[in-house]
Amino acid sequence: MTRAVDPEGRAERFIALEEHESTHDRLVWGMRQNRDKAVAGVPEWEELREQASQIKEHTLTHLDQYLEQFEANATNLGAHVHWARDAEEHNAVVYEILQAHRVKSLIKSKSMLQEECGMTPYLQKRGIEVTESDLGERIQQLSDEPPSHIVVPAIHKLRSDVAALFAEKIGTDPKDSDPHSLTEAMRQNARPKFIAADAGMTGANFAVAETGGFVVCTNEGNADIGTSVPPLHVASIGIEKLIPRARDLGVFIRMLSRSALGSPITQYTSHFHGPRRGGELHVVLVDNTRSDRLGSPDFWHALKCIRCGACMNTCPVYRRGGGLSYGATYSGPIGVILDPGFDLSKYRELPFHSSLCGSCTEVCPVKIDISDQIYKWRPIVAAKGMLKLSKKVGMSALGMTLAHPAVFHAAESAAESALEHLPRFLPYNPLNPWGRHRDLPTVPKQTFRQWYLENRRKS
Amino acid sequence: MNARDAILAAVRNNMPQPAVPLPEIPGSEWKGVKHGLGYKEHFTRLPEVPGAPGVNEPLLAYFRLQLEAMGGRSFEAADATAARAKVAELFPDANVVCSAVSEVPGTRRVEDVRDPHELNDVDLGVVRSPLGVAEAGAVWLTQAELVVNALEVLSQHLVVLLDPAAVVETMHDAYGQIDLAASPYGVFLAGPSATGDIEGVIIHGAQGARSLTVLLLAPQATAGGSG
Repeated sequence: MTRAVDPEGRAERFIALEEHESTHDRLVWGMRQNRDKAVAGVPEWEELREQASQIKEHTLTHLDQYLEQFEANATNLGAHVHWARDAEEHNAVVYEILQAHRVKSLIKSKSMLQEECGMTPYLQKRGIEVTESDLGERIQQLSDEPPSHIVVPAIHKLRSDVAALFAEKIGTDPKDSDPHSLTEAMRQNARPKFIAADAGMTGANFAVAETGGFVVCTNEGNADIGTSVPPLHVASIGIEKLIPRARDLGVFIRMLSRSALGSPITQYTSHFHGPRRGGELHVVLVDNTRSDRLGSPDFWHALKCIRCGACMNTCPVYRRGGGLSYGATYSGPIGVILDPGFDLSKYRELPFHSSLCGSCTEVCPVKIDISDQIYKWRPIVAAKGMLKLSKKVGMSALGMTLAHPAVFHAAESAAESALEHLPRFLPYNPLNPWGRHRDLPTVPKQTFRQWYLENRRKS
Repeated sequence: MNARDAILAAVRNNMPQPAVPLPEIPGSEWKGVKHGLGYKEHFTRLPEVPGAPGVNEPLLAYFRLQLEAMGGRSFEAADATAARAKVAELFPDANVVCSAVSEVPGTRRVEDVRDPHELNDVDLGVVRSPLGVAEAGAVWLTQAELVVNALEVLSQHLVVLLDPAAVVETMHDAYGQIDLAASPYGVFLAGPSATGDIEGVIIHGAQGARSLTVLLLAPQATAGGSG
């Protein structure tokens, strides 16, 4: 069994940094509140959710024909279309394109798929300089960390962290932690890299079958510089990003940034259809476990995800523990249901890194049953014999107790006396991290059942 | 089997059943059968908004309000002379003004630019948008208008001319009016480049234009105002 990521331990270390934890909670919850305000301004929001969900489900239940339609139309527009079964194949295809163009340095905008494929280290090992151009993503690259949030990758960092990082890496004044000067410093640092880059890389938020083009949404405009200045544009697109029609974009674009940050649209919503004048365009369509997931009745709906991050912003576990606690490409509730599909053994603890409160399902703009899916991963982990010892012991004892009424009633009374006489041992043993920071309830004089037998049975 | 055929075969093998039908969605051809598209409701909810529109021009006022919320600004220009004066007033220090419009010629014609790298020194870019979207505060730009796409992002500041009559209500309307495949590049630009990546502090001018100014000017005003 692969060594499992330990989300509890990681979250505990983040929570111990009190200022980080409280700032993170405030900022992420702020995005949720902005989302609520934006949603309240759209009276037809629930209709849009339903349409978005149906468009995605329609596409996924006809995915073969839409992939072929996209390929044909993109090719007609002059794009080169490639296919990749997995991360390794994706990276190899990209490297081959870059090599053919003698690319020494490339500038990329944020792509969760390229993160998922581990593309940057793959290319760097082969001598290609890769620069992230999104500010948050660049902060993470310089920190040698994965993004902690789908939309705002460095949201777990304080301005003082960024000041220290930039002082070390790009020579800014370590005492100047004003976000304005830090952002300006990175603008000045990044511009020459945009100008010098041999290629620009992007992901895609949506790929439109009927037109053969794709859409990239950013707030910084970094994807637009990276694709309009260097002569070569390579885009990595997961096969689940397809939508049938251009007018379907109206539904998704109206929802994406409102769900993410609470703005009506991202500052740049950029559409690419074939190579620009004087440029060359390559599209890599990537499977990497998506077709497997498509065949899973319980989990295929997760392929509807448009990567808005609303589920993270609302999640009490994510907000307190931070995105890096998940130890995976995708964090938050959507990460909990996506990551085990890539490596169940490594991410076997993630389905338990949730309170199952269901808030993620409520805010999801494409109606993914996120909390139900989190719950459904748990027995799969158990069936593979991958439960932690503490859960195994607790669960089997609980199962036996609940299955036998006599044992349950005995346990009820025993618990009552245990609570009185051994008040701190049971919840505060090392097997139960939940007990930390919590106190015991006061004990009623009798159990409900005892009260009922005395008072109701007689009358 | 090659990757393409393997992926398509795996997809075919695993596609969920039953197939879900494609829903109808609002589009511009649905004009008159609006499916709750927002701006009137928006103003009912926000009666105290300064500059809230009168009954005659709610759409344009909504556009200007949303553009401002996205960090942009807009001014009315009576004719090309007024537009040039406004640009001179707003950007007195702009040395290199690269223009894609006849109304505001600037110091460099974008048609003369051979390579996008030449735009790295541009202080101000000027371009005309064929379409504005009220709910998003966005203008639509394609390679047809930009000529060199990098004009939109390498310019330190951007001025966009927009016909006030060319504003539609929602993104549904906008997608109903444009032909995506007609241009290799098209962008809905809502305000300047922005980031909130350091502690959520909103900062304009992250990588692209530091400011976006929309000048409301109908194309026909050109003839009378040029000179």
